[in-house]
Amino acid sequence: MAKPNGKGSTARLTKAPTGIQGLDEITVGGLPKGRPTLVCGAAGCGKTLLAMEFLVRGALEQGEPGVFMAFEETAEELTANVRSLGFDLDKLVAQKKLLLDHVVLDSAQIDENGEFDLSGLFIRLGYAIDTIGAKRVVLDTIEALFGGFSNQAILRAELRRLFRWLKDKGVTAIITAERGDGTLTRQGLEEYVSDCVLLLDHRVIDQVSTRRLRIVKYRGSAHGTNEYPFLIDEDGFSVLPITSTALNHVTSDERLSTGVPHLDAMLGGKGVYRGSSILVSGTAGTGKSSLAAHFARASCARGERCLYFAFEESESQIVRNMSSVGIDLRPWIKKGLLRFVPGRPTSTGMEMHLALMHRAVRHFQPRLVIVDPISNLAAAGALRDATAMLTRMIDFLKTEQITAVLTSLTGGGEAKEETDVGISSLVDTWFMVRNSERGVERTRWLYVLKSRGMAHSNQIREFLLTSRGIELRDVPPQPGSISGRGGARTGARN
Amino acid sequence: MSAAVKKKKAAANQASDDFWNLRLYVAGHSAKCVAAVRNLNAFCETHLAGRYRIEIIDLLENPKLARDDQILAIPTLVRKVPEPLRKIVGDLSSAERMLVGFDLRPASP
Repeated sequence: MAKPNGKGSTARLTKAPTGIQGLDEITVGGLPKGRPTLVCGAAGCGKTLLAMEFLVRGALEQGEPGVFMAFEETAEELTANVRSLGFDLDKLVAQKKLLLDHVVLDSAQIDENGEFDLSGLFIRLGYAIDTIGAKRVVLDTIEALFGGFSNQAILRAELRRLFRWLKDKGVTAIITAERGDGTLTRQGLEEYVSDCVLLLDHRVIDQVSTRRLRIVKYRGSAHGTNEYPFLIDEDGFSVLPITSTALNHVTSDERLSTGVPHLDAMLGGKGVYRGSSILVSGTAGTGKSSLAAHFARASCARGERCLYFAFEESESQIVRNMSSVGIDLRPWIKKGLLRFVPGRPTSTGMEMHLALMHRAVRHFQPRLVIVDPISNLAAAGALRDATAMLTRMIDFLKTEQITAVLTSLTGGGEAKEETDVGISSLVDTWFMVRNSERGVERTRWLYVLKSRGMAHSNQIREFLLTSRGIELRDVPPQPGSISGRGGARTGARN
Repeated sequence: MSAAVKKKKAAANQASDDFWNLRLYVAGHSAKCVAAVRNLNAFCETHLAGRYRIEIIDLLENPKLARDDQILAIPTLVRKVPEPLRKIVGDLSSAERMLVGFDLRPASP
């Protein structure tokens, strides 16, 4: 659970927002302004990208020019590498908002003879900073100096001097370093840069890769203490803060139609609560997606955006299938009210998946989210992970007052009143759909297993998929049945 | 020690392969820089008399050159000709290492 380490100290630390999605949240405002921050991690874990995005966003969003001193990549390589993230470094350089300096280190050419210092580096960096009035500086990866010079004692003394000098200059700096064996950095730079240390990690577990970020240290500031998954995609770097807001989200009294009048009737005539989570579970071919599509259509008809995570079928497949039951989704897609996010959860890790979904929601700003089905998520990771992930997803959606419709495929021939991922306790309204064979006919049934905070029907209805959509039909009471319409008010609203 | 460019010309030899073109990068008048200039002058007079030219560049006056010429360490001595390009960092306190670094044999007395 993310929890701040305490309130900020009396002398409030000023912070430099990174502009990186999520990072400013877990650092409670950004990196320490005017001080160096160490970003460490193994090769290929995203240190350079994080640093570059810090400069680019600083230049674009905070009006703070930046100097990027690269010890490994050339300016051309850097420019090419981040172009895919939508960063136009050439333009920033031309506008004097960014300065790229590639430091060439070739130890083979250099002979050491007597005392020296790194004044040249200081002068060079100082000149670069002054040229564009830089407020931000990146040194990536400064440890490369250790490969360029053999006198380690001099290097260490000079690095210590450099970090102090950066502080005196008042620039907000990121220094990147390679992860060492059993230490944070190979050369022990954490000794010198002690205000803020971020650790990036890139793990592969069960052939699924996950990137994580952790704030190892942040002197004088509250910060999140978890390992946070992060993403690098076409929008750059984003960290997923798993701020489990748990139960402090506001609840709404507003009711929304499910899109099926008969179903609304079963829910006290008014439908579900806005911002609640709805689970539709059942065996294969019971019409779960169709029910979800009704929700989608109803949302779009209200003029509210709907985001549909399709983990089993492609968008075109869903659109075609739904049109066969009288639901034409195409106009809503065209209007931009309905968007499908395809994907197979098995192709990425759980955390990554959550991060992707999180980002898609942030971007599209829907009022309704459909995850069809969540059972595929369980296939992507361990069960415990899946549950944890869904919990966080649902929490996030609730916080944003976004209604969630989750479908779940229950295994086996008999529909069990428990879902694979055990999230039943998290959902507010739960519909069960099941099949039964009667003579030569297969019949679908639907009932409301629970619906928190409202009167709902306890009856089982026949569930028909007609060319005009879903229809629910009363089932003649069986002999001995005591259930009637209406029903109990169950669960507790929180 | 002056930061100005110092030239010791031996015009007749300037074009030949045997002529040495040296650049010494310094930053102000720190002890290391002063020592490097002194040591370099002495070395050249001993081993390269009449066939060298030393250019002293003070990065405090020309900070742009630190980037253009890829200089980090101070002092740095760069031999441009004869090829190959060689860099020696430090105050050049060891004449023997200079000889090795420049692949020179000790001058005959």
